[in-house]
Amino acid sequence: MLLIALALLQTTPVAVAAAEEPIAPYAQSNANAGAKPFESDGMWRAFHGREGVDRIVDGLVERSLVDPRISDTFKGHDMVRLRRVLKEQFCHLLGGGCAYSGRTMKDSHKDMGLQTADMGALVENLQAEMNEEGVPFFAQNRLLAKLAPMKRDVVER
Amino acid sequence: MRIFLIMLAALVASPAAASDWRGDGKLVLTDGITTVEGAAGGGIATWAVIAGNETERGVGATAHASHVALPDFDLEAYGGAVGLFDRVELSYTRQSFDTRGLGAALGLGRGFTFQQDVFGAKVKLFGDAVWDQDRVLPQVSIGVQHKRANRGAVIAAVGGADDQGTDYYVSATKLFLAQSLLVSGTVRLTEANQLGLLGHGGDKGDDHTAQFEGSAAVLLTRKLAVGGEFRTKPDRLSFAQEDDAYDVFAAWSVHRHVTLTAAYADLGDIATVKNQRGLFVQLQAGF
Ligand code: HEM
Ligand code: HEM
Repeated sequence: MLLIALALLQTTPVAVAAAEEPIAPYAQSNANAGAKPFESDGMWRAFHGREGVDRIVDGLVERSLVDPRISDTFKGHDMVRLRRVLKEQFCHLLGGGCAYSGRTMKDSHKDMGLQTADMGALVENLQAEMNEEGVPFFAQNRLLAKLAPMKRDVVER
Repeated sequence: MRIFLIMLAALVASPAAASDWRGDGKLVLTDGITTVEGAAGGGIATWAVIAGNETERGVGATAHASHVALPDFDLEAYGGAVGLFDRVELSYTRQSFDTRGLGAALGLGRGFTFQQDVFGAKVKLFGDAVWDQDRVLPQVSIGVQHKRANRGAVIAAVGGADDQGTDYYVSATKLFLAQSLLVSGTVRLTEANQLGLLGHGGDKGDDHTAQFEGSAAVLLTRKLAVGGEFRTKPDRLSFAQEDDAYDVFAAWSVHRHVTLTAAYADLGDIATVKNQRGLFVQLQAGF
């Protein structure tokens, strides 16, 4: 699967490889991000702003794609779009001033059959990336406290 | 210790294997350690969390070996707990209380040892201590602990009413993740003397009273938590005043499956012997 993707990348212009697949229309709103943003920019700075969040999200996606616990879930999904909207979501929540253009957490994860353990795996991967970025532990937990309740929308019983 | 290793081996050899059952879903340290009475919690205070690394899709388990080294006594506890679907916890722990040299002074004989079996069951009623970060509502569980002590004759001689008894408790636990703080409180209906090692009820009363257990812990890193606990206890034997217990602890998640806890515990006066303060260490394996 990965090999095919690599082979495609080599023969296709980069601009095409970076394009997103079309998706069904939906109403855009910052409320779709699933939590209220921090009011000051302290958290945004603790995450090292745009560059820091870019590194964390790219690392999170790459780590999850090779994580045997959850990698299957990501197969066949548009990772170009996922990286973009995830970066927007983090920037929005961390008080970085971005608008979130993605779907609601419920709609994004509908019919994926995700379980609590998947949520745990994703949080662990995120923790690993935040550690690598050098985000202070207490700041990490403040973001996780915003993400944790999204489990109700992400996980389907 | 040998028994601990055998139990560990048994647990490793029997992973929850049914199709979409999964262990390993909880976050490190959120399932607590094991109390000396065998329940998931702190070292002396029971929490509302369910033992093991499992989520609502799986079965988890823990095994623990604990040692409290006091000036004049040793308390050892070892046992295991099974967590079912993050809903029900069943536990068994055996405690040994070694009177060492003092056994002779108390007229019991050198190295006289009190033991008891503690059978526990806990059910989560509602709430989620970890994930529900947008609600103040804690995770709430109820539980029972049935305790059977082995030294009935001594218990009767010091005025204990019964060598076995049952505690009932309700426990509320909440992780305040944005503050990296875990808080827990438990109300226990009990008539146990020294956790039940000296039986239940006595010449100063023979009915259940409400006692309190509280813990607070700060997560310092993903693998290290420090905190404190206290616990009130009944005082039903006139031969010796029974005190409340306190400790400060550090729990280190050495590895996903192994938590090492060290605490400085103050168990007060025990059986007329003053100021029993010492070191509590526990090794817990969780799956
Ligand atoms: C707090 C937890 C989570 C957050 C904040 C989150 C956030 C997001 C966001 C913003 C999107 C894109 C929405 C859009 O395309 O409009 C998305 C999509 C996706 N998420 Fe999550 N997610 C979470 C948990 C998980 C978990 C646990 C998994 C799997 C292990 C997962 C797998 C996916 C996949 C595969 C997609 C692509 C969906 C698609 O292409 O239609 N997510 N997530
Ligand atoms: C009972 C058998 C064992 C099982 C099922 C097991 C399972 C695991 C799992 C699932 C992880 C990933 C943890 C994570 O993602 O954070 C892990 C990490 C690790 N394991 Fe094991 N393990 C076992 C025994 C051991 C032993 C005996 C050692 C060494 C003495 C060991 C050393 C490590 C280390 C160093 C890590 C990475 C540390 C971390 O990030 O937590 N494991 N193990």
